[in-house]
Amino acid sequence: MSTEYEPVIGLEIHVQLKTRTKMFCGCELSFGEEPNTRTCPICLGLPGTLPVTNAQAVQYGIMMGLALGCEIAPRSIFHRKNYFYPDLAKGYQISQYDIPLCLGGRLGDVRIHRIHLEEDAAKLVHVGASGRIHGSEASVVDYNRGGTPLAEIVTEPDLRSAEQARDWLQLLRETLRQLGVSDVNMEEGSLRCDANVSIRPKGTHALGTKTELKNMNSFRYVMQGINAEIARQTALLESGESVTQETLHFDPVSGRISSLRSKEEAHDYRYFPEPDLVPIVPTPEMMAAAEAAIPELPADREARYESDFGIPTDTAHLFAYEPTWGTYFERVAVEGNRDAKAAAIWVTELRTRLGADADPHKSAVVPAQLAALAALVAAKKVTAGSARTVLDKMVETGDHPDRIAEAEGLTVMEDSGELSQIVAKVISENPDVVEKVRGGNAKAMGALVGPIMRETKGRADGGEVNRLLREQLGV
Amino acid sequence: MLSSDQVLHVARLARLELTPEEVERFGGELSKVLDHIELIGQLELEDVPPTSHVIDVENALRADEPRPSMPVERALESAPDAAEGGFRVPSPGAS
Amino acid sequence: MIELTAKQAADAIRSGDLDANEYFEFYRQRAASDPYNSYTWVAEKAPEIDTRKPFAGVPIAIKDLFCTEGIPSQAGSKILEDYRPPYTATSVDRLTTHAGGTLLGKTNQDEFAMGSSTENSAYGPTLNPWDTSRVPGGSSGGSAAVVAGATAPWSIGTDTGGSIRQPAALTGIVGLKPTYGAISRYGMIAFASSLDQAGPFTRDVTDSAMLLSAMVGADPCDQTSLGLPEPVRIPTANDLKGIRLGVPEELAGEGIEDGVLKAFNDTLELAKSLGATVETTHLPHAPHGLAAYYLIAPAECSSNLARYDGVRYGFRKSGASTLIDMYTQTREAGFGAEVKRRIMLGTYALSSGYYDAYYGRAQKVRTLISQDFKNAWDKFDFIVTPTAPGVAFELGSKTADPLAMYLNDFCTVPMSLAGIPAISIPNGLSEGLPVGFQIAGPAFSENRILDAALALEKAIGFDASKAYA
Ligand SMILES: [Zn+2]
Repeated sequence: MSTEYEPVIGLEIHVQLKTRTKMFCGCELSFGEEPNTRTCPICLGLPGTLPVTNAQAVQYGIMMGLALGCEIAPRSIFHRKNYFYPDLAKGYQISQYDIPLCLGGRLGDVRIHRIHLEEDAAKLVHVGASGRIHGSEASVVDYNRGGTPLAEIVTEPDLRSAEQARDWLQLLRETLRQLGVSDVNMEEGSLRCDANVSIRPKGTHALGTKTELKNMNSFRYVMQGINAEIARQTALLESGESVTQETLHFDPVSGRISSLRSKEEAHDYRYFPEPDLVPIVPTPEMMAAAEAAIPELPADREARYESDFGIPTDTAHLFAYEPTWGTYFERVAVEGNRDAKAAAIWVTELRTRLGADADPHKSAVVPAQLAALAALVAAKKVTAGSARTVLDKMVETGDHPDRIAEAEGLTVMEDSGELSQIVAKVISENPDVVEKVRGGNAKAMGALVGPIMRETKGRADGGEVNRLLREQLGV
Repeated sequence: MLSSDQVLHVARLARLELTPEEVERFGGELSKVLDHIELIGQLELEDVPPTSHVIDVENALRADEPRPSMPVERALESAPDAAEGGFRVPSPGAS
Repeated sequence: MIELTAKQAADAIRSGDLDANEYFEFYRQRAASDPYNSYTWVAEKAPEIDTRKPFAGVPIAIKDLFCTEGIPSQAGSKILEDYRPPYTATSVDRLTTHAGGTLLGKTNQDEFAMGSSTENSAYGPTLNPWDTSRVPGGSSGGSAAVVAGATAPWSIGTDTGGSIRQPAALTGIVGLKPTYGAISRYGMIAFASSLDQAGPFTRDVTDSAMLLSAMVGADPCDQTSLGLPEPVRIPTANDLKGIRLGVPEELAGEGIEDGVLKAFNDTLELAKSLGATVETTHLPHAPHGLAAYYLIAPAECSSNLARYDGVRYGFRKSGASTLIDMYTQTREAGFGAEVKRRIMLGTYALSSGYYDAYYGRAQKVRTLISQDFKNAWDKFDFIVTPTAPGVAFELGSKTADPLAMYLNDFCTVPMSLAGIPAISIPNGLSEGLPVGFQIAGPAFSENRILDAALALEKAIGFDASKAYA
């Protein structure tokens, strides 16, 4: 029997921070402006210029650390990472190295190794052959993105499958989005994910040789890429070969993995402490400000919905990860004297109608009216089925549910004489069913409920229908 | 003594294209300087903390307030090869 | 006009006794016909002069590596040939826009401030006005020569391991390296960021205080700038009563030329007669300063000079068809030998496997040297040494031996590593050439240093006019 392998996966996530200005200069962040219109002497690396750290980027870094349960370093410093590339204006990237801003931490099942701050590189656009030198290829550098603040989150190798990696990344994205520190858009590059992948025989503990899979720009590609790499490594080991430590690129179109190893010598970044910047020593004021800026995060919100509102786990989860709906739900629950379970049901109904991405606060249905609808159902004045019709109308018109139910004749029949007659009529029309019921098959009675509801246009209370049926059938 | 391979490796890291004469000269000169520098190898430095800044300043952060960027013409005015609103370079990887 | 110190000229302009434009034009013409190759650029005419400002109309020469908007700022390098920055350095802006000084010219220097003779300039060597067969010291040799040769009333330079103090000593003028952080580095083309500091070159100590007073101050564009805790005062001291001078055996004995040492010891006697106590002491780690310096400075420069890659500004070697060829050919052709030597040294010191043995150890030596000085301040107000181990040397005499050249910084490097202020004042002649006397004090002790320097200056009575008369 062949060996079964277990993947071991860690992620490195680059998050573009949502500051107004760049990490070390006052240029505004660029969102698709014309090339090189968001630059200054500092981010172009002109001679004599010096970086000055953006306070908001530091605050965002601390907020991320606090939200992910990290230890905030009492003193962290910047290093220079030296290498030549045209997207690097100074010939080095200012990053953090052995003393990062945040250490340790956890999100869900995955431990966080560290979070550090750094600056983004510029963009290099290939422009084809330049006219000047025969046959040579040229690129053009656009420094608009150069110097955008980044936080790099490094996890421990705690993930065991590509699907788990994707799900965890989604949890991280939602957490960061709700923190408000980033747009976290993978397609636009404000969230970028690299994966460190290795495999080992199931049941063993030593880590295998890992490879680094670069820049997969969607959740789907993260999963596909990791799966492809797991398959590649498994095939290598099964054929008796070994995995080489290297940096790889996943091509989502072909599904192929290729080596990114350049013709250059192995990188030697010659890190050393950045002499132009002083240490970050978070003061009590900085810590308090970061703490105050942290909103409630999904995991906490989910727990609160379950414990304080007593709603089912899956609904609590839904509202925690869609905080607009969560907030709306809370308002409906409060308006409805905290009959939270009913509120949850009707908010979910409304969400089905408006779509998950819609903002219910902007819809025609105000929380008080949705609470009133739930109250109508609870008081048995409208059946659940009719209430759905009422809700359709509420979405359309914004009218009060009481008025809609009245106007559309959707209130429960209060005259039991009328209902009694309909029950008798249905019984007389279905002698075969009646025979089965009388023969001892009580369940068959259900076949009579449908026609009764149809006759009453859903206005009959289910309990009352059952009572009348039993009475008239004598069971 | 620095070997010529070491000199060439360092030159490549530093993106310097040394002539064969320079490789030989730098090898000798750097070795001589390094011999002098290696005197600090004799010092007992185990418990000594390193100094990367002589001044006692922390944070000195900048408020996240935008300042005007330069017009693209200004950004490109000193560029050796400006093209298409950017700084043109031979493509990395082109040979 | 030539006899006036900058302060005397400024006073005369404000009182109306001297015409600002006439004064500027006098120096402009001297600068334009400067015989020592001290200038890399000279103003064509005076800018608008606002006589209400303290330095109104007083011309000032600026070391080439200070960025000046629209004016060549080449740091003595071919790789920045005719580079005109889009902004002006904070310190220069303070002197001109705020204090009213008029920019007279940019001065020659060793390429990227790497050197002790100003022979490493892509724009030719600067000559010593005392003897044109000799170097003016470096790296701020141009800024020293313009003051010594009276082609400018005063100037500014930068000091990384002695680049203000040593050329001041070799040309018989006053050069002050302030506390690291006193003056903003924003706009100073960097050599070694943790050591670089701007400072004044002047004919006398009073001018030095005046020029310094306008340069200091914290700058939001430089996180490492602090300014000074109190304003710079114009010094007034006549004696050294109660002042305790420490003479470190390690920096004032072996390796110092006899004539320099004799001048130094004579001045110690003079100091005693002015009321000072003089005592021999030790800075046990100072002899390791050079080694630490020649690791830290090259390491930082190897990174600081990585931006000169032919992409955004400056020189690019044409004809390269690959990126790597463009980089290596541009840097090979754009940098001079000394710059390449230091980039190589620094790259090696930072490279994988060598960091701990070289850069890491050097940073620890830096700690020990700082500690030596801190210990000294328990017993002494100042540490005094000869500024340079010898007098100005012949052009070309040390270019073939980098280590011999580096030994010029022997007495000045420890203060740079510790980030403390030090001044060099003229201390007579040896073999007919100027000699410097260095006074170093604790961080932020500039006012006290200037007072002590003034008292000694009066007692020494050096005549600087010989160089330009
Ligand atoms: Zn910028």
